[in-house]
Amino acid sequence: MTATTTAPAAAPQTSAAPRRPSARLRAWATRAPLLPALIFMIVVTQLPFVATLVISFFDWNSLYPDARHFAGFANYQEVLTDPALRKSVWTTVLLTVGVVLASLVIGLLLALLLDRKFRGRAVVRTLLIAPFLVVPVAAALLWKHVLYNPEYGLLNGLLHYVGGPQPDWISGTPLLAVQASLVWQWTPFMMLILLAGLQSRDAQQLEAARVDGASDWQIFVHITLPHLRRYLELGALLGSIYIVQNFDAVFTLTSGGLGTANLPYTVYQTFYQAHENGLASAAGVLVVIGSIVIATFALRVVSSLFREEVSRA
Amino acid sequence: MSSIAVRTRGRFRGGAGLGLVAWLAGIVFFLPIAWMALTSFHSETDAATNPPSWGAALTLDGYREFFGAGGGASPWPALINSTVASVTSTLLVLVLALPAAYALSIRPVKKWTDVLFFFLSTKMLPVVAGLLPIYLFAKNAGMLDNIWLLVILYTSMNLPIAVWMMQSFLSEIPVAVVEAAQIDGARLPTVLTRVVTPIALPGIAATALICFIFSWNELLFARVLTGVVAETAPVFLTGFITSQGLFLAKVCAASLVISLPVLAAGFAAQDKLVQGLSLGAVK
Repeated sequence: MTATTTAPAAAPQTSAAPRRPSARLRAWATRAPLLPALIFMIVVTQLPFVATLVISFFDWNSLYPDARHFAGFANYQEVLTDPALRKSVWTTVLLTVGVVLASLVIGLLLALLLDRKFRGRAVVRTLLIAPFLVVPVAAALLWKHVLYNPEYGLLNGLLHYVGGPQPDWISGTPLLAVQASLVWQWTPFMMLILLAGLQSRDAQQLEAARVDGASDWQIFVHITLPHLRRYLELGALLGSIYIVQNFDAVFTLTSGGLGTANLPYTVYQTFYQAHENGLASAAGVLVVIGSIVIATFALRVVSSLFREEVSRA
Repeated sequence: MSSIAVRTRGRFRGGAGLGLVAWLAGIVFFLPIAWMALTSFHSETDAATNPPSWGAALTLDGYREFFGAGGGASPWPALINSTVASVTSTLLVLVLALPAAYALSIRPVKKWTDVLFFFLSTKMLPVVAGLLPIYLFAKNAGMLDNIWLLVILYTSMNLPIAVWMMQSFLSEIPVAVVEAAQIDGARLPTVLTRVVTPIALPGIAATALICFIFSWNELLFARVLTGVVAETAPVFLTGFITSQGLFLAKVCAASLVISLPVLAAGFAAQDKLVQGLSLGAVK
């Protein structure tokens, strides 16, 4: 430590070769602050996944531990052929795509509205962020009991004023009911990311376009949208990663019933209630494979934004 | 010249109309929360009417019921558990993330971007990927229904976010400031606590608030790994999933009280919220 403090920058270039051991020591001194976090992450997140991978090849019901045996790809075969599990794959796709697209479109409209100056803009921004800051279980309870309740929920209460029908939202359109509550929570997230994108536009370029007589629509199509593209991608991908994993809303609103069980819920149910460890692990691995596909794209987008940031600095 | 003046005035008028639309959208999005707050102050009979009773008398009965006046389970153990799990894991995250971010920005290791992206990739691994082994481990190690297991898991859940956020905050610190301290003989812990932390304090605070929110909200781990003793606030809320007669005011009071820390932390971190949620990709 004392050696490095006297000449922090100049020393390594001039005398790297004769002082090999100390250079190696210095490299480790540089690495040391990183190691606790790195080792912690590997132990807590990577090891359990490896264990999941191993368990997924075993036929293992925790109620009959003695009957545990290696089963090859049988669990995967069962996950992919079992109608209920296959349906939950499809439900996961519908849920994720529906929620991400809807909240992205609404989020974009709200971001465009908030990008203009108007009276009370800060207040409106705060009102719009609020849904994202309700604890997810609480939000799901709010929708289930306070808004969707067919007898005295707010939605039917408001419909009552205009003499509309009084639907039973959750039994009638279960998946849509879950999606709507999630769109309400995730739209602020998309709005915030897209608003940050809008505000990072080049003001001079916008002004120049305006002086040249470009209409608002032309500016939107030719300047704003191309600039927003990566922010839209980022919102879509991060949103997908979070919503693919959603458990709270499905668990609270429908308890996985009425055809709304997505993969995380199914995995939970398979081992927590049905005690099928091997099967649950295989389903878990499939969720991971799906996530890796999304994540590969997400990482690419994040890294391109990141590189731009680094080169700008 | 005059044509530009006319155009801007037209734009302004359009802007006022769109401002109104924005206000309307804000109110629509906020309405469920406002209604939840209002209902929490209504009596149970007023809470369950159709059409809704907007102007019914206000009462604190819903809150009294929630806090166990009617003989139900008290929410305090769950609230305390959630506080312990969220605050402790957030502190642990900061202790691990600060030196790591230092080694990824101020004095970067070789291939520091690869390390940064490794942290990010762990965030993309779904919770269900490791849930079962963690459950089996906890069962065998006697750690089921133990709040400290949640502390460890929440730390791993938030560490990547914290490393990313702090890396971007710390890279704004001039290296010369850090080097000056090191020439004066300061060792790494001193540099981190006396030099880096004071400069990056707003960023570190925002990071802490975002980690707090994610830990406070978490349900799946808590639901699977805790039972009676270590139950957290979201798990307590799942007790309201099935209807229990007239209980809307109580549900609203419970949801609001348990969301209050998140609302407060979220509004406090509003400016850095995007950066945290986008894992530092958007500033």
